This record gives sequence, structure tokens and C-alpha cells, in this order.
Amino acid sequence: MKNFLGNSNIIPISVIVFFIVAFWYLAAIPMNSEKVSRQFKNLTFKEHVDKSWNLKKPKLPTPHQIVNEIIKTTFYKKINSKRSLVYHGWITLKATLAGFILGTILGILLALGIVHNRAMDFSVMPWVIASQTVPILAIAPMIIVVMNSVGVTGLLPKAIISMYLSFFPVVVGMVKGLRSPDQMQLDQMKTWSATQNQTLWRLRFPSSLPYLFASLKVGIAASLIGAIVGELPSGAISGLGARMLAGTYYGQTVMIWSALFAAAILAATLVFLISFLQNYTLKKMAIVR
Amino acid sequence: MNAYLILFFLVWIGGWWINIRLSHVEQSRFTKVLIPALFGLVVLFMWELIVIGLEVNPVLLPAPTAIIVKFSNSLSILWIDFVQTLIKGALSGYVLGCGAAFLTAVAIDKFDFLKRGLLPLGNFVSALPIVGMAPIFVMWFGFDWESKCAIVVVMVFFPMLVNCVQGLELVDHSRQDLMKTYNASYTETLLKLRLPSAMPFIFNGLKICSTLALIGAIVAEFFGSPIKGMGFRISSEVGRFALDMVWAEIFVAALAGCLFYGLIAFIERRITFWHPSHQK
Repeated sequence: MKNFLGNSNIIPISVIVFFIVAFWYLAAIPMNSEKVSRQFKNLTFKEHVDKSWNLKKPKLPTPHQIVNEIIKTTFYKKINSKRSLVYHGWITLKATLAGFILGTILGILLALGIVHNRAMDFSVMPWVIASQTVPILAIAPMIIVVMNSVGVTGLLPKAIISMYLSFFPVVVGMVKGLRSPDQMQLDQMKTWSATQNQTLWRLRFPSSLPYLFASLKVGIAASLIGAIVGELPSGAISGLGARMLAGTYYGQTVMIWSALFAAAILAATLVFLISFLQNYTLKKMAIVR
Repeated sequence: MNAYLILFFLVWIGGWWINIRLSHVEQSRFTKVLIPALFGLVVLFMWELIVIGLEVNPVLLPAPTAIIVKFSNSLSILWIDFVQTLIKGALSGYVLGCGAAFLTAVAIDKFDFLKRGLLPLGNFVSALPIVGMAPIFVMWFGFDWESKCAIVVVMVFFPMLVNCVQGLELVDHSRQDLMKTYNASYTETLLKLRLPSAMPFIFNGLKICSTLALIGAIVAEFFGSPIKGMGFRISSEVGRFALDMVWAEIFVAALAGCLFYGLIAFIERRITFWHPSHQK
């Protein structure tokens, strides 16, 4: 992320982005050409290209169509309207943040237990690592439906999926971080006759922060994915995931792509915010300069 | 308080006590496997007891024994789903995506400009919710496994690319100079120095991608699939509240995920035996 903002890489990045966009427009011509020739007859080549970039339900919408749709559904619709992207984005964001915060707290608590308790370290840690290899996201529909059937609906089931996805990176990162002080530093704390609590707050916790932030970045991206997938089985009512599913049902490709772009923008913003917090905190603590 | 609940607490406290005692004796290979295995067994046993003791509705949470019975009774369906989703969808996408990313990494490695542009973009794309592209691929490539393969390719490409490029970049300069003094050609340096030393990174990428591939193939089926496949089975059985079947599918997914990960870790240990993390 730091590289992403560094000025030295701006030119190569923009060149590559330019080529991607150019390729996108080129690809849109053959992909939409079938639909264009079905709808219109006797077009010159120029008209054909123009039409294929501005179809109503194209196979591959062009970037400007998506951007137009995002602008239209973000700024020209009432925020509480069902057609507003802000409304759907906010619903997804709420679930993401709730799950992320819950997952982070749970992850930190579990990491504290693992670091301070040998029995927990030996019995829980292998399972935490094994669980990384399991496609957790497959459970999402089950959690949603089961919780709906006991009467829990709305934000909480989605937040639980997000929590589930974001707590693993935090546990793994925090265990590594809390153990990162070396033996010499721990011995030093002992010579000062520091209690376990003091060692935790003055040595282990501060030195775990770089690891925590790295995990938080992975965690928040995973949370967002969890919230989006969590919206799929609930019958496509609201949220970015529901909008993608609704777009699939009605063949509204521009709607799917705009929801996808909105999700990407949301993910980028969230990761950026955490990087910002990370730079600020670590600079204050003089860990990085 | 019925007998099952009393047993539940006994198992809990007993398991806890044994594990605390075990963790304080001298650690050997045996206890390293025994303690987590015991923990897992105790959790399963407690799950079984609480389901029977509180008479939990099987719609909410089926007992482990019920799941095992369902699993052994529907092996043929599970096998069809396994082949459809994991072999046809996930594995083909995994091989294609990781292979393409590896070749791209080797190709762009020569051009610093491309690397400086693609690496930050790759990092950025890795954080995006790519699973969301699943409905688009289902529209383009149809309901069958081809669309699942495509989404897996896109999901694994960038994490793999970033890892490969980083691995190829982080070669010790003195070693590279040594190769130069041997008058080694670009291909020789690549094959004999840079690829071997990039292996830990490549395997790291392969491990991350193995989970992504499973997730991509299963979630893509939520957006449309033929009447077989793990994602299809999960979403349709959930709709019928047949949760024991859902758990059986999850068990298959977990087992497949762990085995695949284990296989990659095993190959890694054989190939990168020289790496400090594998030396005793």
C-alpha cells in the first residue's frame, strides 16, 4: 500500500492502467458485437463500435457506462431510496465494520490466551491454522438461514460471517506479534520484576502493533467479502451483494459492474484508512520513521 | 439438569484438566499431535452431548453423529459434487491461474517498468472482493464448471503474481554477481539461482491460493450452477433445512482443503529443504 502511494511508481501504474482501459474498450467491441448486429441493421463500422460501447444491457459494459451508473445511483438518487448505491453500500459497510470489530476483539483475546496459556497454545493454535485451509465462506448461507429461523435477521448474521473471516488473520498476526520481543527484552522485564500484566502492556503489546496492523488490513478486506457473500442467500433485498444477485436475475450487467466497482472502492478506502492509522501510530511510537 | 448435561460438564472439565497436565510435561512429537487431537475430540463430544442434552432442533445444529451418518449414506452424491466443484472447477482454475501468474512473473521480471506498475496494482487487486465477479463469469461462460474455473483463475492470479515477482526479486546480490563471474547466461541464472531461491515465495503463493480456489469455486455456484456441485448442494439443502447434508459438504470441503494444503506443504518441504524454516 505504501508503494501504491509512493510517487516513484505513479508513471508505471498509470501507463498500465491506461493499457487496461484501452484493452477493455477493445474487448467490448467483439463481446457486444453479436447483440449489436441483432438489434441494428446496416451499420457502418464506426456506428457499430459506437453502439457496442453504449448498449443498454451489454455483455461487457464499458468503463464510462459503469462510471455513469455509479454517479447516477450515488448522487442523483435519494440516499434512502432502494435505487441508491449509497443506501446499499451503507448496509454492507455496517455489517462489515460490525463483523470486523467483533472479529478483531475476539482475535486479540484469543491471541492473549494462546500466548499466556500453554495448554491453550498447544490445543487451540493448530486448529486455528488448520481452519485457514477450510473454505469458511461456504458456511455463509447456512449461518444466515439458521439465524433467520431463530428470528435473528438483518445486520447480525452478516456480521458473524465477517467476524469469522476477519478473526483468523488477527489471531495469527497477534500471536506472532506478542511473541516478537526477544528473550533479552523479556529478561530485562524480569530483572525489573515486572508482573505479567506489566510485561504485556509495556513490552508485548507495543511490539505487536506492526503485526496487528498488517493483520487488520487482511481482516478488513476479508470482512467485506464476508458481508457481500452473506447477502446472497437472504433473498437479495439490500446491500451490494444483493445488488449483484439482482443484477444477475434481471440481466442488468451495468448494475452488477457498478456494485462491483462500489465494493472495490469501499475495500480500497477501508484498507487505505487502516494504512493511514498504521503510519500515524507507528510514527508516533517511533517504530518507523 | 439431565444426565447428558452433567456428562457435558464432566467431559469439558476432564478434557481441560488432561490438556493442562499434558502441556506441562516435556514436549515430544507425540504430545504435539495428541494435545490438539484431544482438544478436537473433546469439542466434538461436547457438541454431541449438548445437542442431545438440550434437545437442540436438528434444523439448527445437527449432532456430529448425525452428520457422520449422513456423510456415509450419501457418499455417491458427495463424490459427484466433489468432482464437479473441486476437481473440474477449483483445480483446473488453480493450475491455469497459478501457471499463468508464474509465467507472467518470469516474463515481466526483465522489465523493471512493468514490475513497478504491476506489483502495486496486484497488491491492490488482491484486497478487492473478486468473488463478486462470479455472477459476471456465470453470464459469460455458462452455468457449468467453465465459469467456476474462470473465477478461480482471476482470484488466484494476482496473489500468485505478487509472490512470484517478489521471490524473483529478492535474490542475494553477491550470488548474482557470482553467477556473472561464471559467465552464466540469463536462462542459466534463472534456472539455477533465481527460481530455486524464489521457491519459498512461490510456495507461499500456492498455499494462499489453494484456499482462495476452493472459496471461489464454491461461492460461484451460489450464482448459478447445474444441479450438482458443492455450492449448489449447500445452497439448495439450506433452503430445505437439511443441515446434516450441508455439514457433510462442509466436512468434505474442509477435508479436501486440508489435504491439498498438506500436499503443497509436503512438496515444499522436499523442494526447499535448504530453507532455514525447514531445518531442525
